[in-house]
Amino acid sequence: MRRMSFNNLFLTSMSVFLLITQPNIYAQVDTFEFDNDEQQGRFRQLSNELRCPMCQNTNLSGSTGGVAEDLRREIHRMILEGMSNEEIEQFMFERYGDFIFYRPRLRAETILLWFGPLLFLIIGGFIAYGIFRRANSVDRVTVDLDEEQEAKLNELVGK
Amino acid sequence: MIPELGQFSLILALCLSILLGTIPIVGAEKSNALWMSLARPLAAGVFVFLAVSLVLLAYAFVTDDFSVQIVAAQSNSLLPMRYKITALWGGHEGSFLLWTFMLAGWMLAVSIYSKSMPVQFVARVLGVLGVLCVCYILFMLATSNPFDRVTPLPPVDGSDLNTALQDFGFIVHPPTLYMGYVGFSVVFAFAIAALLSGRLDSAWARWSRPWANVAWAILTIGIALGSWWAYYELGWGGWWAWDPVENPPLITWLFGTALIHSLAVTEKRGVFKSWTVLLAILAFAGSLLGTFITRSGLLTSVHAFASDPTRGVFILGILLLTVGGALLLYAVRAPLMKSNLGFSLVSREIFLLINNVLLVVSAASIFLGTLFPMVYQALTDDLISIGPPYFNAIFVPLMIILVVFLGIGPMSRWKKTSMEYLIRQVSRVFLASLFLGLCLPLVILLEFSLAATICVSLASWILLTIGKDLKNKLANKPSLRSGLSSLSSSYVGMVLAHTGISVMLIGAGLTTYFSLERSILLGPGEQVELGSYAFIFNGHEEIRGPNYIGDRANISVLRNGSEIEALYPERRIYLASGTPSTEMAIDAGLLRDLFVTLGEEKEGGSWSMTVYVKPFVRWIWLGAIFMAMGGTIAAIDKRYRLLRRRKIEKSKEREVAADLAAT
Amino acid sequence: MPALFFIALGGLLWRGLYLDTRTLPSMLIDKQMPKFSLETIGGDIVTNEDLPEQIFLLNVWGSYCLPCLVEHPTFMRLSEEGEIPVVGINYKDRNDLAKGWLETNGNPFAYSIEDENGRFGIDLGVYGAPETYLVDSEGVIRYRHVSVLDETVWLEEFLPAIEELRLESN
Repeated sequence: MRRMSFNNLFLTSMSVFLLITQPNIYAQVDTFEFDNDEQQGRFRQLSNELRCPMCQNTNLSGSTGGVAEDLRREIHRMILEGMSNEEIEQFMFERYGDFIFYRPRLRAETILLWFGPLLFLIIGGFIAYGIFRRANSVDRVTVDLDEEQEAKLNELVGK
Repeated sequence: MIPELGQFSLILALCLSILLGTIPIVGAEKSNALWMSLARPLAAGVFVFLAVSLVLLAYAFVTDDFSVQIVAAQSNSLLPMRYKITALWGGHEGSFLLWTFMLAGWMLAVSIYSKSMPVQFVARVLGVLGVLCVCYILFMLATSNPFDRVTPLPPVDGSDLNTALQDFGFIVHPPTLYMGYVGFSVVFAFAIAALLSGRLDSAWARWSRPWANVAWAILTIGIALGSWWAYYELGWGGWWAWDPVENPPLITWLFGTALIHSLAVTEKRGVFKSWTVLLAILAFAGSLLGTFITRSGLLTSVHAFASDPTRGVFILGILLLTVGGALLLYAVRAPLMKSNLGFSLVSREIFLLINNVLLVVSAASIFLGTLFPMVYQALTDDLISIGPPYFNAIFVPLMIILVVFLGIGPMSRWKKTSMEYLIRQVSRVFLASLFLGLCLPLVILLEFSLAATICVSLASWILLTIGKDLKNKLANKPSLRSGLSSLSSSYVGMVLAHTGISVMLIGAGLTTYFSLERSILLGPGEQVELGSYAFIFNGHEEIRGPNYIGDRANISVLRNGSEIEALYPERRIYLASGTPSTEMAIDAGLLRDLFVTLGEEKEGGSWSMTVYVKPFVRWIWLGAIFMAMGGTIAAIDKRYRLLRRRKIEKSKEREVAADLAAT
Repeated sequence: MPALFFIALGGLLWRGLYLDTRTLPSMLIDKQMPKFSLETIGGDIVTNEDLPEQIFLLNVWGSYCLPCLVEHPTFMRLSEEGEIPVVGINYKDRNDLAKGWLETNGNPFAYSIEDENGRFGIDLGVYGAPETYLVDSEGVIRYRHVSVLDETVWLEEFLPAIEELRLESN
């Protein structure tokens, strides 16, 4: 497929709704040869976890864009040359920056991202404890009101 | 002329919804019976005029009226009729009309199935929904009118519906998703009405529950349809991509799931009231946020509509008005809410609270991951990507913990359960699940894998605890039949939904870890082996469809030397737009899917293609079907219908009495 | 609390509406041009040594790329008026098509480096034609613009950047 320019892509994307960008539905099939299954697996993992820099939001393996094709070819070459995943990732970082990683690196700026869920869990725990406490402390105070409220409730519900 | 009538009808719907959004609410405040009684007819009116609008727009699509902008942009005279009609929601404007129409549909349903509720409450609920209608229709008329004409000259033919959308999935997925999404507006309206009345009690929870359950069931199906569609259409075997546009429905679904559980506690025990209201608001906020993200081009996504900041600002305004207003009202009213009953540290309430915390934390984390790139960019001026590796790393552990509690929760009792009792109940079940998790994958896959063990253990944990609970429940019943029929339908619903989780877990886990795929170049007569299957490429032929041309490959699949299936993957070029597309061939099965994606023709008549074996992938959507059935069955629980029947009986009695008096 | 959080979120979303999420910042700013030794369209071998020893533009183009045609007049004017040398990178193109394109539309480039398989583009962090790099006399990349460079972009982005570079070197 002839490479689509950035602006072209932008224009086509204007008409796109819901599922797929135009270049994307044209499913991509590479036939790289590897020395062993381990290399094949690494290739698949890397091209799944690296983002195509020119596309809307797809990884390298799911994209037919020109640059994605080139990058897959480069990954294939580097794997055959015996480079480690870290070296390949560094290669990508030096050229395309953090944008290319679907798994953001842990740095000062991404601490909130990686530990946010843990923070949420702690906050959630406190809120839950608050609800538990409140339910139990109110229990003793409003016990007298219960029947009246119950009657009212039953009337409301139509019992 | 017809499109103008459609627009006129839309304006009439706006006028009626303005009335609906004001008069009944004021009437409820002033206890004015006449004003309140206007709610139902006005809601029906809004529905009728929106329906007329929708039908007239569909008419423009059916009759190829390319003078209408969105028809020219999304349709084509060669398009098959089913896609001409559905092309209506193939773009922003039309799909928003559908969205608004769905809201009106829910509104009508509320006005019909609310006979047992006090007039005041119904007036407020419909009034709040009316306000939402006003917002949506104003948004349409101001920024995205579906009836806009092409000026000065209409094109001879339309530029065609995006080829990716010309598929069955496109017919069913958007309407279902919207219907589920919008359904949470109803629950939101119930919560607001309760806040307005200042009476947040079990009655409110009881009225809300069936609506929440149904909306949740439909949303489940809507999301599952999207996942299924992506799976067979995209051609790389994926069923969930954690795209910024997929995430809001999931966030809404998670809030919704927390909500239906919390509503149960509020109804049965009268606790968690303010928490439940907050969840109702959050679920609704999730659905609006989804709209905002899809329609404003805020985040880079494969799904996005045309990006347009004015639309974004408008939807943001709606978000601020509705959710902001709701939260403000909540801030004022929530402190007044009191729970009347306490519960101990080991009780069903606690387990449901844990369920809620885990669900809300997962939703919040997905929300964080979805919006973080934007925050990052605003602060550092640099771009960052957050994709599946992040979301899986966060979401999967949370779900594992959730499933562990999911097993225990239903066995615990309200108010107080003794720890020893619970341990006695589940200890053997726990060991059995571990045993199954260790053995089943070994037997089936002949290799040990931690992922498979965890996955199968969790799935059996759910099923075995359900089984144990059922056994306990039926133990004292005289016969199995009378025991089963004594189960309430909300219990049956829960059992089904939890079974669905178990089924989905198996599907998701095993597909993720045990799928096989191979990309290869095959000449005619050559074959590739994958697992215990062999795929033979028999050659290809040229094909011609109604609006496309292409090639079709003929592939036989062999297992143990005998042919089990023939697959015909295609590669198409759509004539109107010239876009190429691939149609993969799938042999679906309960235990595995086989599929082939066709690549390109290379020298010597050989073709590049990718072949896949995906074990248990169907179970993902099968699980969703179970869950949706569970939600629906729980919604039709006798408790909710009993009230109406009783009322009818009462009115009959009155009739009889009147007859007697007359004689 | 939830209400306050929500207002903050609203502000953030509003801000987000006006962010450009499509233009990747270049990783090579203030870095040396990557090493290369490639053929030009004409068939000569060029390396880093052959780059202009003054501030120049490096334009990534292709005969298939429509926006390149849009920015073409600006580059023609720049080279005709001798304002700044422009080196081309013919990115993922076919030699005959590229030559034909230059013949039809005019050739503003001192020379065009042929990058048929996009390998050099990867070293530069190119992700779609057209892109234009501003390189200083030391061969250090100082600025990148993605998509069409028209007269407005030239006046508003490149001229000030070049002015700054000139001041710096003096």
